Amino acid sequence: MSVIVLIEHTEGTIKKKSLEAVQYAAGIANKLGTSATAVATGTITEDELKSLGQYGANKVLHVADDRLNDLHARAVTRVLVAAAKQENSPVIVTLHDVNGRTIAPRVAVQLKAGLISGALSLPDTGNNFETKKSAFSGKAFAYVTAPTEVKVIMLAPNTFPLQKGEGNATVEPFNVSFEDKDFGIKVQSVDKVTGEVPLADAELVVSGGRGMKGPENWGLIENLAHELGAATACSRPVADSHWRPHHEHVGQTGGTIRPNLYIAAGISGAIQHLAGVSGSKTIVVINKDPEAPFFKAANYGVVGDVMEVLPRLTEAVKKFKAEHH
Amino acid sequence: MKVLVCISQVPDTVTKIVLKDNNTAVEENGVTYIINPYDEWYALVRALELKESGIVEAVHVIMVGRANTEATIRKALAIGGDEAIRIDADSNDCYQIASYIADYAKAEGYGLVLCGKESIDYANGAVGPMLAELLDTDFIGFATNIAVDGNTATVKREIDGGEETDSANLPLVISCQKGVAEARIPNMRGIMTARTKPLKTVTPSAVDAVTKVSRYEMPPAKAGVKLIAPDQMDELVNLLHSEAKVI
Repeated sequence: MSVIVLIEHTEGTIKKKSLEAVQYAAGIANKLGTSATAVATGTITEDELKSLGQYGANKVLHVADDRLNDLHARAVTRVLVAAAKQENSPVIVTLHDVNGRTIAPRVAVQLKAGLISGALSLPDTGNNFETKKSAFSGKAFAYVTAPTEVKVIMLAPNTFPLQKGEGNATVEPFNVSFEDKDFGIKVQSVDKVTGEVPLADAELVVSGGRGMKGPENWGLIENLAHELGAATACSRPVADSHWRPHHEHVGQTGGTIRPNLYIAAGISGAIQHLAGVSGSKTIVVINKDPEAPFFKAANYGVVGDVMEVLPRLTEAVKKFKAEHH
Repeated sequence: MKVLVCISQVPDTVTKIVLKDNNTAVEENGVTYIINPYDEWYALVRALELKESGIVEAVHVIMVGRANTEATIRKALAIGGDEAIRIDADSNDCYQIASYIADYAKAEGYGLVLCGKESIDYANGAVGPMLAELLDTDFIGFATNIAVDGNTATVKREIDGGEETDSANLPLVISCQKGVAEARIPNMRGIMTARTKPLKTVTPSAVDAVTKVSRYEMPPAKAGVKLIAPDQMDELVNLLHSEAKVI
């Protein structure tokens, strides 16, 4: 018996959020008195896979099929189901991200497993795996139970800080036979945002709203984001006015993010915007209007003109970095 | 080709959530219900656009809900759906919902099944991929653009750190998000005709739920904002480092 966890990697480098998932799976395995087995697909070195031992994986099953460098959902579903059967797994863990959310529901159907999405806590294994998740756009938490024999859990990224330990995982080749339909989706083109931190997984995010007045002022957001190593985001009116691309829009109708730090510049904080960012651990709001509703949701607030405050904050971050390196 | 659009009913975004029954349920009195925005604004409207461009013959709308959800499903007809199906059940469990819809859809031969990327109540986003698994079709999630040519759909979708363009043969299940279409408001003619459009009620065959919400909890009250003077940005950075521990 072993808890299974799906690994995601970018051209052979395991994503940090997957390390979080391994650590989480190891946490569940520990509660159940068993071990954690990572499942990796595609081109990735044995050394990289062995390093998963530092986050609690005892073993890695590796399907070294380069067709799976893209996570074809039906093929990866087949891999996870085969691995779960081989390992007699009570729990399969994926991330609650675009890949996990495409694969895990299929796995759950095949294994007749209860699916718990967006997990924010380790499950209470003695109580039908009761697991905490966000509900109603962050306005409440729901505790979900799954009385099924097998459970599939999707972990919300950025939920638990990483703790690196010692140890190497053993790596075993894993063979799965596929059917043509597993590769029914043909990838025509990929347009990766290069040189920037992907917004969905960013730990730090600097975001601008209408208070930025126009796209010509976005350099102020980008400069601060650059100094912090943060991703950039925007509010809905900004995306709708085409000041910024739509993929940067966070809020009810855009993306949902849960960074450690969200800096909102010139965003008043409509409830629809809060719905997308309320899971942020720390919120800093910069707005010249002291009545802006966002201040109620913020941890730190600066009442002032974003055009003046942002450059000062960027300088302060620069100074801080110089002093701490 | 017929398109099936899966919708769900959710509390309006601005609704205040109040818990009852020892935090095991959400108070329904005073809650305004709406069609889940991703289902309405993007999935339904894109289906209607495909019909208007002659690619699709009919747009059917399906929802799992009791009789008191009919006003919500009629709104989807007012926006332009041709026919609605209400599966007469109450469920929060994605597998149960997907199974009910799959049972109905199997016999109808839909070329395309569209849904929102997630519903704004529990944000599972699992009904679409589960439906694809149950219907033995491909699923493309988080679409930002959908084009259909003959038997092939070309779909732009969000991936980790960018966008990807995929193609796949129909039948296909796609979940939609911003970019796929622009929201529409029902006009008076739509509202009037919606009253006479077919709304079929289907009794589902028994499928057990595999998850349950056991209880709810309100987030802890915010400690209140700590205001920093606009000329004291060094202090803010220090607080973010030493107090919040985020940089």
